[in-house]
Amino acid sequence: MIPAPFDYYRPTDIAGVIALLEEHGDDARVMAGGHSLIPMMKLRMAEVPHLIDLQDVAGLDGISIEGGTIRIGAMATQADLIDHAGLAEAAPILREAALQIADPQVRYMGTLGGNVANGDPGNDMPGLMQCLDAQFTLVGPDGERSVAARDFYEAAYMTERADEEVLTSVSFAAPAGGYAYEKQKRKIGDYATAAAAVQLGKEGAQCTAASIAMTNLSDVPVWSQAAGAALQGTSVDETAIKAAVEAALADIDPTEDNRGPVAFKRHVAGVILTRAIQSAWARA
Amino acid sequence: MKDEVDNREERVANLKGMGCARKRVEDVRFTQGKGNYVDDIKLPGMLHGDFVRSPYAHARVKSINIDAAMALDGVVAVLTAKDLEPLSLHWMPTLAGDKQMVLADGKVLFQGQEVAFVVARDRYVAADAVELVEVDYEELPVLIDPFEAIKSDTVLREDLEDGADGAHGPRRHHNHIFLWEEGDKAATEEVIDSAEVVAEEMVYYHRTHPCPLETCGAVASMDKVNGKLTLYGTFQAPHVVRTVASLLSGIEEHNIRVVSPDIGGGFGNKVGVYPGYVCSIVASIVTGQPVKWVEDRMENLMATAFARDYWMKGKISATKGGKITGLHCHVTADHGAFDACADPTKYPAGFFHICTGSYDIPVAYVGVDGVYTNKAPGGVAYRCSFRVTEAAYFIERMIEVLAMELNMDAAELRRINFIRKDQFPYQSALGWEYDSGDYHTAWDKALSSVGYDDLRREQAERVEAFKRGETRKLMGVGLSFFTEIVGAGPVKNCDILGMGMFDSCEIRIHPTGSAIARLGTISQGQGHATTFAQILATETGIPADSITIEEGDTDTAPYGLGTYGSRSTPVAGAATALAGRKIRAKAQMIAAYLLEVHDDDVEFDVDRFVLKGAPERFKTMKEIAYAAYNQAIPGIEPGLEAVSYYDPPNMTYPFGAYVCVMDVDVDTGTTDIRQFYALDDCGTRINPMVIEGQVHGGLTEALAIAMGQEIAYDDLGNCKTGTLMDFFIPTAWETPNYVTDHTETPSPHHPIGAKGVGESPNVGGVPAFSNAVHDAFRAFGLRQAHMPHDHWRIWKIANDLGLHD
Ligand SMILES: Cc1cc2nc3c(=O)[nH]c(=O)nc-3n(C[C@H](O)[C@H](O)[C@H](O)COP(=O)(O)OP(=O)(O)OC[C@H]3O[C@@H](n4cnc5c(N)ncnc54)[C@H](O)[C@@H]3O)c2cc1C
Repeated sequence: MIPAPFDYYRPTDIAGVIALLEEHGDDARVMAGGHSLIPMMKLRMAEVPHLIDLQDVAGLDGISIEGGTIRIGAMATQADLIDHAGLAEAAPILREAALQIADPQVRYMGTLGGNVANGDPGNDMPGLMQCLDAQFTLVGPDGERSVAARDFYEAAYMTERADEEVLTSVSFAAPAGGYAYEKQKRKIGDYATAAAAVQLGKEGAQCTAASIAMTNLSDVPVWSQAAGAALQGTSVDETAIKAAVEAALADIDPTEDNRGPVAFKRHVAGVILTRAIQSAWARA
Repeated sequence: MKDEVDNREERVANLKGMGCARKRVEDVRFTQGKGNYVDDIKLPGMLHGDFVRSPYAHARVKSINIDAAMALDGVVAVLTAKDLEPLSLHWMPTLAGDKQMVLADGKVLFQGQEVAFVVARDRYVAADAVELVEVDYEELPVLIDPFEAIKSDTVLREDLEDGADGAHGPRRHHNHIFLWEEGDKAATEEVIDSAEVVAEEMVYYHRTHPCPLETCGAVASMDKVNGKLTLYGTFQAPHVVRTVASLLSGIEEHNIRVVSPDIGGGFGNKVGVYPGYVCSIVASIVTGQPVKWVEDRMENLMATAFARDYWMKGKISATKGGKITGLHCHVTADHGAFDACADPTKYPAGFFHICTGSYDIPVAYVGVDGVYTNKAPGGVAYRCSFRVTEAAYFIERMIEVLAMELNMDAAELRRINFIRKDQFPYQSALGWEYDSGDYHTAWDKALSSVGYDDLRREQAERVEAFKRGETRKLMGVGLSFFTEIVGAGPVKNCDILGMGMFDSCEIRIHPTGSAIARLGTISQGQGHATTFAQILATETGIPADSITIEEGDTDTAPYGLGTYGSRSTPVAGAATALAGRKIRAKAQMIAAYLLEVHDDDVEFDVDRFVLKGAPERFKTMKEIAYAAYNQAIPGIEPGLEAVSYYDPPNMTYPFGAYVCVMDVDVDTGTTDIRQFYALDDCGTRINPMVIEGQVHGGLTEALAIAMGQEIAYDDLGNCKTGTLMDFFIPTAWETPNYVTDHTETPSPHHPIGAKGVGESPNVGGVPAFSNAVHDAFRAFGLRQAHMPHDHWRIWKIANDLGLHD
């Protein structure tokens, strides 16, 4: 549990970070909270000869809610998300999800940017960001660009982000309607056996909008367009929920691990999603 | 000297003797981060060791190239089996009469096995050098399943002579270790064959690991000038380590000092001798500098001693009315690559033959086949006396299965089969003499405390509601009544590597009336410094707060066999009481002399000797201690010291009644423990608060084992549970609320009647949790589902029973 030797950098601005990334290419990595990266370095699964700490880089923190748009700096921690009163009101699903990540100690260090940039299918925020249709802002040598969360994930630990780019912030429209983040895990501090993020819009007795994403049930987060479509225009009754779950199950591709075999995961995914839809609908 | 309190109650309170909930004196330093653990030891010029370990479960080691590692700046040495061979230290004896490779000698037999030992200037360089050692392996077929291993053509242990006997008799196959039997096989089979009712079941107690918070480690320091070796380490039995180190190294025993400093939990994991200890000693001898080796969490889980892994095939017979008539058990015991079980020499399956449990079973038989596989060695008693938790789990499952067979309430079945109070001392069919017990009283108290009948009513209603589709949650009532066998043990039949399992205490009373006592045991969190001082306070009249308890330094402590198997209180606790009584006997003579009366005219009273019939005339222990050092008393040597070595006449048999009430979600496999009631009878209670703490801790480990904790391997022998992400350690969040209770049935043969308690909650807790899961599905016909009961396995129970259709 001792990492290979590395050089440590602590730049104070984005330009400094990008210069280092350009200089060392593949051999450099940025570190946010370090709670995914450091364990991998200690296990020597990740070798990072040049480690660039983002803690002192200006302009990466903060949470703003303006004109219906929420913008969260990459270095905002999961604890920040939990503690921010405005955010809890504007997008309560974030708080609900963040409270189910790891344990309080990890949440004080782990950042939103690290969680979405990491590319680990076990991370909870990527699925949630797909559910919210968030945009990730990336800054690189060629300037700034924006990538939709729904287009960001390619495979486990493989994302749209180029090696020399830094994810600086995440933004999305404040969600309306009912929400739920349901997660089954083996214990505190565990990644999901299955988790589901659901946002539902409601007018009268009708579901007007539905967005559904799932975590740790494929090598990437799964936003299931078909599952959402199955709920839209319905009264979210038993039949509609069944159809949505069936659609979602067609989009996931879980693998066996210590949490259990595939059949179990598929079953639990269905149960968790059902509960998330019911809970979101009850809150809508 | 006249500040003594005269009020007797106040004097008793001031003593903080037995029965008082004295706060743990250890916690002052532990809660402030001021403990002193092996990894805190830093000696001048100390080097650091780290292991190259095998990535394969079974492979030939074709070559090892250390050149690149040696070339790294800061690397001092890289040891391989070749370097240890001239010292005959490339293999070492195990506690079970087998031998074990210290470093890979031609092949590796489990993933994580030690292949080479790198010694470097610091811990970081050592880790880097490990990566640079090039080992060429040729993979061999892997045997993970003991039932397959015992038939396979693949020879695991090529070092063992084919057909030759092992340490425990004939080996019938090259992967067979021993067959150990107890009881009357023919008579048992006859009873079972002709019985009215027979229940038969395979009960698996899965492989798990003690996983103490602090991993194993050592610092060896060979002083070449004076020829003395000092070895600091996480040893549960420091004196035995000294003897073994002397026998292995040829260094005379007086030139070896072994020190166990503070230990962050042991649970059996720190009883055995590990390659890391041997390699640090050799490395210190070779380099002339102190060498530290401390394993990391993954190494601890993958390579140091596991626990359990018993496949127990049982048959239990009874009359139609439910009176048990016989018990038959055959165990296939997976011992891994080397037989390194920590058991008394004569008992290769430990005290597994306590498996008739708390029941009056007239005839029984046990046979245990030990088998080699490509898994890590070990087989230690994880918070239990030797294989006692396996035995308790086995019988408590068999009782439940029999209750189903009889269509009877499992609480009632237990009640009609309990050994009765008037049957003690009770001779069990498998050869034990149970010292004392009152099972019916404990059981009735437990059942009425939890409202047993109401629970059963609620459960029946829940099943009906489930069948009507109104709920997806079932309710289980997990019962467990256990009898432990602890306090090993009588020297006539208990030894470890030839050393009889007595224990010891040496006391010195200082002139001003305070004291130091040293014991042959070593606390790893049990609170010895607190509780042994209480025993002495009651026995000698010196307040517990004025008594220092010291353990773990072989240069100063009397010889003892260490702490495991709940033996400290039954054995060293007895030695402590008896040493205290020697002090008191001498104090009586001094008091009589000072009061100018005959010895028989004074009697002990809390903290003093008083003149019989005239209690206003007395000498306090403080005064007596002072006199012992300052007055010439005719016929009495100066000083006030005593030593006692205690060879127990019998084991002690703590028991208890546990009930666990659990809700089970059949769709997700998640569980919710609504209620847990634990009644423990550990004989005389020395400190109720320490007992409660031990029970809480033991129950939480039982929860872990029953509900998720395991060491699992894939088909290639890769350990799948090498980190705490996958190896379940409950946090406060997963831990339910426990209600503790007790009855008190003293041991008749122990000087203070104490029986030991540290392991009871693990022994009794595992069946309680597991039975609750089983019981939830009893209405749907579930007979046996193997632990651990994690989410997917519970889900699978429901799925197999068709509850998801
Ligand atoms: C015990 C434990 C349990 C956990 N349980 C959960 C859980 O249940 N759910 C969950 O979602 N997470 C869990 N985590 C992960 C935790 O939330 C991490 O902190 C988080 O995933 C990563 O955030 P970080 O700030 O620590 O990132 P780091 O570890 O610093 O970085 C992770 C990766 O992202 C890259 N990166 C970080 N920031 C940026 C950036 N701004 N731009 C570009 N790349 C960047 C890094 O280079 C690295 O590759 C757990 C962690 C631990 C230790």
